[in-house]
Amino acid sequence: MAGNTAFVTGANTFQIEMLKKHTDEEFDELCFEFGLELDEITSEKEIISREQGDTKASGASDVILYKIDVPANRYDLLCLEGLVRGLQVFKNKLEVPRYKRVSPLSGEPQKLIITKETEAVRPHAVAAVLRNITFTQERYDSFIELQEKLHQNICRKRSLVAIGTHDLDTISGPFTYTAKRPGDISFKPLNQTKEYTATQLMSLYKTDSHLRHYLHIIEDKPLYPVIYDSNGVVLSMPPIINGDHSKISLKTKNVFIECTATDQTKAKTVLDMMVTMFSEYCAQPFTVEEAEVVYPDGKTCIYPELAYRKEKLSGKFINQKVGINESTEKIAHLLTRMCLLSQATGAGDEIEVEIPPTRSDIIHACDIMEDAAIAYGFNNITRTTPRTYTVANQFPLNKLTELLRQDLAAAGFTEALNFALCSQEDIAEKLGKKISEMRAVHISNPKTAEFQVARTTLLPGLLKTIAANRKMPLPLKLFEISDVVLKDETKDVGARNSRRFCAVYYNKSPGFEVIHGLLDRTMQLLEVKPARGEGYHIQTADDSTFFPGRCADIFVRGKNVGRLGVLHPDVINRFELTMPCSALEMDIEPFL
Amino acid sequence: MADTGVLETLLQRVEKVDDGVDSLAVATSLGVDHQVIVGAVKSLQALGDVISAELRSSKHWELTEEGTEIAEQGSHESRVFSCIPQEGLAQSELMKLPFGKIGFSKAMSSKWIRVDKAHEGGPRIFRTVESIDDQVREKLLLVQKGHSTQLEEKEKNELKKRKLLSEVTVKSYWITKGNSFSTTITKQETELTPEMIASGNWKEKKFKPYNFEAMGVAPDCGHLHPLMKVRTQFRQIFLEMGFTEMPTNNFIESSFWNFDSLFQPQQHPARDQHDTFFLSDPAHAHEFPQDYLERVKKVHSEGGYGSQGYKYDWKIEEAQKNILRTHTTAVSARMLYKLAQQKFTPVKYFSIDRVFRNETLDATHLAEFHQIEGVVADYGLTLGDLMGVLHQFFTKLGITKLRFKPAYNPYTEPSMEVFSYHEGLKKWVEVGNSGVFRPEMLLPMGLPEDVSVIAWGLSLERPTMIKYGINNIRELVGHKVNLQMVYDSPICRNPPTHF
Repeated sequence: MAGNTAFVTGANTFQIEMLKKHTDEEFDELCFEFGLELDEITSEKEIISREQGDTKASGASDVILYKIDVPANRYDLLCLEGLVRGLQVFKNKLEVPRYKRVSPLSGEPQKLIITKETEAVRPHAVAAVLRNITFTQERYDSFIELQEKLHQNICRKRSLVAIGTHDLDTISGPFTYTAKRPGDISFKPLNQTKEYTATQLMSLYKTDSHLRHYLHIIEDKPLYPVIYDSNGVVLSMPPIINGDHSKISLKTKNVFIECTATDQTKAKTVLDMMVTMFSEYCAQPFTVEEAEVVYPDGKTCIYPELAYRKEKLSGKFINQKVGINESTEKIAHLLTRMCLLSQATGAGDEIEVEIPPTRSDIIHACDIMEDAAIAYGFNNITRTTPRTYTVANQFPLNKLTELLRQDLAAAGFTEALNFALCSQEDIAEKLGKKISEMRAVHISNPKTAEFQVARTTLLPGLLKTIAANRKMPLPLKLFEISDVVLKDETKDVGARNSRRFCAVYYNKSPGFEVIHGLLDRTMQLLEVKPARGEGYHIQTADDSTFFPGRCADIFVRGKNVGRLGVLHPDVINRFELTMPCSALEMDIEPFL
Repeated sequence: MADTGVLETLLQRVEKVDDGVDSLAVATSLGVDHQVIVGAVKSLQALGDVISAELRSSKHWELTEEGTEIAEQGSHESRVFSCIPQEGLAQSELMKLPFGKIGFSKAMSSKWIRVDKAHEGGPRIFRTVESIDDQVREKLLLVQKGHSTQLEEKEKNELKKRKLLSEVTVKSYWITKGNSFSTTITKQETELTPEMIASGNWKEKKFKPYNFEAMGVAPDCGHLHPLMKVRTQFRQIFLEMGFTEMPTNNFIESSFWNFDSLFQPQQHPARDQHDTFFLSDPAHAHEFPQDYLERVKKVHSEGGYGSQGYKYDWKIEEAQKNILRTHTTAVSARMLYKLAQQKFTPVKYFSIDRVFRNETLDATHLAEFHQIEGVVADYGLTLGDLMGVLHQFFTKLGITKLRFKPAYNPYTEPSMEVFSYHEGLKKWVEVGNSGVFRPEMLLPMGLPEDVSVIAWGLSLERPTMIKYGINNIRELVGHKVNLQMVYDSPICRNPPTHF
């Protein structure tokens, strides 16, 4: 299930060399093998032209873009840097880099002090420094884009984690992460010309097409999170906006990265992702300068974690789960190609696998096994047939349904297939009933009225089908056997399905005898004889859906299983129909 | 059928001549309307090869309405002449007669009458001759009797100019003997009747040939819905492969069984309001297997069973939220949990039923669709086994060229998207999703550690739309269905050979 799209620029960077050696078809194949989906090869110009017309696109760049779908859990493939690194290692063109956390060359590490006020709003924060980084326009754009992608994905639209990046040379630590009343926070936000209080900002951004989506995260909190430097300069007001003062530019040499969060694990992952991807451009590539986080209780922690975890597993495990027969060394090599540096330990077929900080998706041996299978090539695995011996059984209710459907069509009725979700009106007002009297299940977040409730009866669907097909020659004879949903306190979820059979006859005369005849035929199929007591009979009933005196309950072995009759003219009108109509609806579960 | 008398007379006429007769001539000689003879020709033709009739057309002079009147009552001038008595007639009186005006001038120029303008009481008209010869009428009578050839062309054109004659094209038949010519008529029967069968006289009868070009009468019948026909076939395939059907008749599911039990973390986007229908009533599920719930909570928040877990604060409140199930895998989870509570025996399960997504709708996406799902649980199943089972399954659909792409799915690892080669599009297209259920899902249920569970899924609507050539899903599913399409849809022998 591909979840994210990475745009990879196809020019202006040495890293793309590897891609250039491939034809588009070969690159497509490589993506497929690696679990990526090359969606399309396009350009900014082409995209704008497609979305806004040729005139708008005239000035746009025609540099080739590869639009690639990346699996939703592979944050390390979200930017050009990580994607190319991953593919190069996969193709044995590059050794997997080792990410190192280092102390500053001189002085103390940068410090981020968390105060206890943050506890109620956004309690976690981590930080790190990218020292002596060299940005180019492409690198800078990629850096900004990765933050945005992480915000949308793992950060769950900034609700779990928010990333702030700052030009370290414009601010001075130690930094304080605290929370204040919105009226007490005042600063010049990113790309604005004057200072605003947090209260003002919240109303300013109400109309911002991008930022308004994040306001709800803190809006109703008494205190808003904010990060200050030692001079009282505001770095950011997470998760909404950074300060303008510390904004990074192409000239920025030293980047201070902070991640504030409601989920500590994700904050660490996000920070690791940012620094592993972009430390490549530091004077000492793949090194990251540590920062110290001081907690309200006085404890301290050094970040980024950049944790390497070691796992041991056997070659036999991989071979057996995948269905291959490879040597321990070969398996270790396969894993290494997936950025999981591995080696045979020599103890039997034991393999030691090192999981780098970039692979937060590896949480179990089965994830390692999958990587071995990918590197081996899914399509190189021999397809085998399991010996599993089983005897098939049909679900009795479905078996009955299948058999009945066939014979109802043979009886001259046509099968309809309607939605299980509908409006309250469909199952209540339109049928002359009150919604409060229906045992309906209600949906809390319908986008339209069509999805307010689960249907409690099949009748409205069939009447709507007739209304949509009024041009068809009369009579219309329709049926449906399907599930309705009813509230039921005895079930763990408080509701259950009920399998119903419903049929309607629509013609110039009501045709009660036709529907009645269909009931007789159905009972014949179900081997129930017409008789009171042990058989079936119908008995006059009162129902606001039906025409007075033209409605009867269906009793089978003394139990009421449904109803039939001539529809009330008001019901016919409400479904925008013009002809008389008779209908039958009954439960089929009693016949199992 | 024309009058048998006319038919026989016509046949007798044809018999008498060597070459043939003209229908028009026959009509004239019999003194009947031409159409009667045309009808007789058609009736005889319908009897088979009794006669052969060749359509001919000829020019023919015919009286106009005015001409017919003159043929009956005389020319206007003759009528003027005959209405003038010996003592003469006042001109004003004459002019009151319908033929007065035209007849007067014609009679004047023929010098049959004269006007005494000086007569007391106004101009008066007197005969100038004793008797007249009404040639116009005689000529017209000749034409009327079919003897127009006796008139000269000049005379006919003059009468045409006076709008008394017109030249018309007449179609007639040239009738000759047919191969089975006979002067007696055998009536052709349209259909075999019970009486004929009883009496055996069908042996002597001739039967009217059928028109095999025409369509038959559509049978009066009911129809099965095309999507359900395809469902029946998929069901059949699973049953042929020994898969047991799961009870999927529970659209309402708790988030616990739909997500948590599948090791889908509580912050996963699929659990968002934008993707899933939540219930306001009944809002929560209230009953869970408590031990199992604790194990699920632990594997999410802390890990275990060899897993790091997701390391977050797992909340029962999230798990209790009732939803409309987003996949039938929720039922698979319940089934596997149930299986784990007994002594393990290998199983193969399948289901085809509705699932619900609160997504943006378009021409190919609805808020509800049918998911087809297959599950196999056994000791030591491999990824190769999953691909082998998928190969068998898709072969039954007529799809033999498959390849697999690594993918991500929260509850399967490895996960594979299934692609088939589309001969029409000349490219690989996705036909389904598959994978091996994660240990974090299976082990908390209590399944033995060496049991693997492989599974795959696809939608029912997409292959059906392709099979029946439907572009808008609303024409297939829901009340806006095109019933004509339902009436016309063919049987589903095999589910679609390509998607």
